Amino acid sequence: MMDAMIPHAALDVARIREDFPILRQTVRGKKLIYLDSAASAQKPRVVIEAMRNAMETQYANVHRGLHWMSERTTDAYEAARDAVAALMNADRAEIVFTGNSTGAINLLAHSYGRGMMRPGQAVVISGMEHHSNIVPWQMLRDDRGIELRVAPITDAGELDMAAFEALLADGKVGLVAITHMSNVLGTYTPAERIVRIAHAHGAKVLLDGSQAIVHRRVDVRALDCDFYVWTGHKLYGPTGIGVLYGKRDLLDAMPPFMGGGEMISSVSYERSTWAEVPHKFEAGTPAILEGIGLKAAIDYVQAIGYEAIAAHEQTLTDHALARLSPIEGLRIVGQAQDRGGVVSFTLEGAHAHDVATLLDRQGIAVRAGHHCAEPLMRRFGIDSTARASFGVYTTTEEIDTLADTLARVREFFA
Amino acid sequence: MSDDFADLRDLYQETILDHGRHPRHGHRLASFDATAKGDNPMCGDRVQVFVKYAPDGAIAETGFEARGCAISVASADLMAEVIAGRTPDDTRALFAAFRELARTGACPDCADAALERLQPLAGVHEYPSRVKCATLPWHALIAALDGTQEASSE
Repeated sequence: MMDAMIPHAALDVARIREDFPILRQTVRGKKLIYLDSAASAQKPRVVIEAMRNAMETQYANVHRGLHWMSERTTDAYEAARDAVAALMNADRAEIVFTGNSTGAINLLAHSYGRGMMRPGQAVVISGMEHHSNIVPWQMLRDDRGIELRVAPITDAGELDMAAFEALLADGKVGLVAITHMSNVLGTYTPAERIVRIAHAHGAKVLLDGSQAIVHRRVDVRALDCDFYVWTGHKLYGPTGIGVLYGKRDLLDAMPPFMGGGEMISSVSYERSTWAEVPHKFEAGTPAILEGIGLKAAIDYVQAIGYEAIAAHEQTLTDHALARLSPIEGLRIVGQAQDRGGVVSFTLEGAHAHDVATLLDRQGIAVRAGHHCAEPLMRRFGIDSTARASFGVYTTTEEIDTLADTLARVREFFA
Repeated sequence: MSDDFADLRDLYQETILDHGRHPRHGHRLASFDATAKGDNPMCGDRVQVFVKYAPDGAIAETGFEARGCAISVASADLMAEVIAGRTPDDTRALFAAFRELARTGACPDCADAALERLQPLAGVHEYPSRVKCATLPWHALIAALDGTQEASSE
């Protein structure tokens, strides 16, 4: 997707850091080094101001008011849908707003899983899914007699493609639901290949892009995936808003998930009819301010450019692997060829929580634990890892500080 | 030892590092009268506690198997040490006092020698997310004493 050998328009990290007010904070008397962007990214000033500005100057409910404020707010909120559609190369009617990725997957498990699949069919997930892409399918299985199959991963943390294809051989698989980038291993899955293979066996494909879309341009037409979900707060936007992309014909055919206002065409006590997509799937007052904030985040990312972002994060990831790997007793979990800015590791003699506490004392924020991926932890025979993850504002110097501190953490517990 | 971590000595005192690395009671008892598991679903820490009673009903011996951080292992080990010879009721009272110590850093009844022994764990009160690491083995212990199978730190 990108070639690290070709120099890209360099990303001016120092200038970007100026855009994120929180990076001026100190933590426990030290300069904040935020290496937990994969859990949630920090917010640029343009996002903060877009939301505040909306509240201060043009706020009302959307899609219903016949007054100036409501019309302006509706325009701003629907402009967010246009921004998402342009970001993903989709049609605006194919963009459904949800609360987050989890909300989007649960919507699919209901409207596609319960609405369109039949008992005896199967869903295939992979061995490196977040709990949010496991549990909704387990609930579907238990509710509807739909089998759940798990495609194994290799020791390097890549999808075992032969085993994956074998799981589809009997033609019973109705849906493949797989991450586009692992939140633990950093692995990019070969999405185009997965889609080709699944389609050849009659299965639809959902890609969980919660991590991937932060780091690389996602073109749903080029991928030819049937569904793609992601969440705003990891893409420098606010919490509380997520995205479900679905091919128009599928969204049209799917029954609604939640009933209520906004999602209807007409209502009587005898029967109700549904609004057109995407509104059919958006019951209730939506996350208006969050949508406005999300558009500002997308504009911000687009202005930097995915090519520059991808190149910057490749540099950071390569630097992190080079600096962390030589640390005695440190084991990188996940050695995929194609990987992004998420590095998980264990340190011999020190539990991940203790590592995180010691790093925190130096102002370094990492995540420690099972990362909502317990089956994946078991696959590698561990309970937890520490994880450093990077964003547009991360610098190689911050990674150097992480590496130097980790070497001392090891001494501390030796 | 780096000086940069000097202020972490309040949390990781030598007693904790020592018992975290080399727990004296970190094993399943060959025979036991009660057992229960403790689980912190937020972080994945797990502990199973085994209790053997003396003929008079007091706790004769405690062992544990734990997968967790230095603080949770050290806490389990110190717990096993201080509850030997105590009655279940006395142990419950001690846990109430210890929980207070872990949450606030203050020792409500320092006259008890057992609490003095547990004092190195008081440093967790400054790290709210780590308090559960220290109390998880106790939750499992109380579940074992109560005859329930599982405890959660939640």
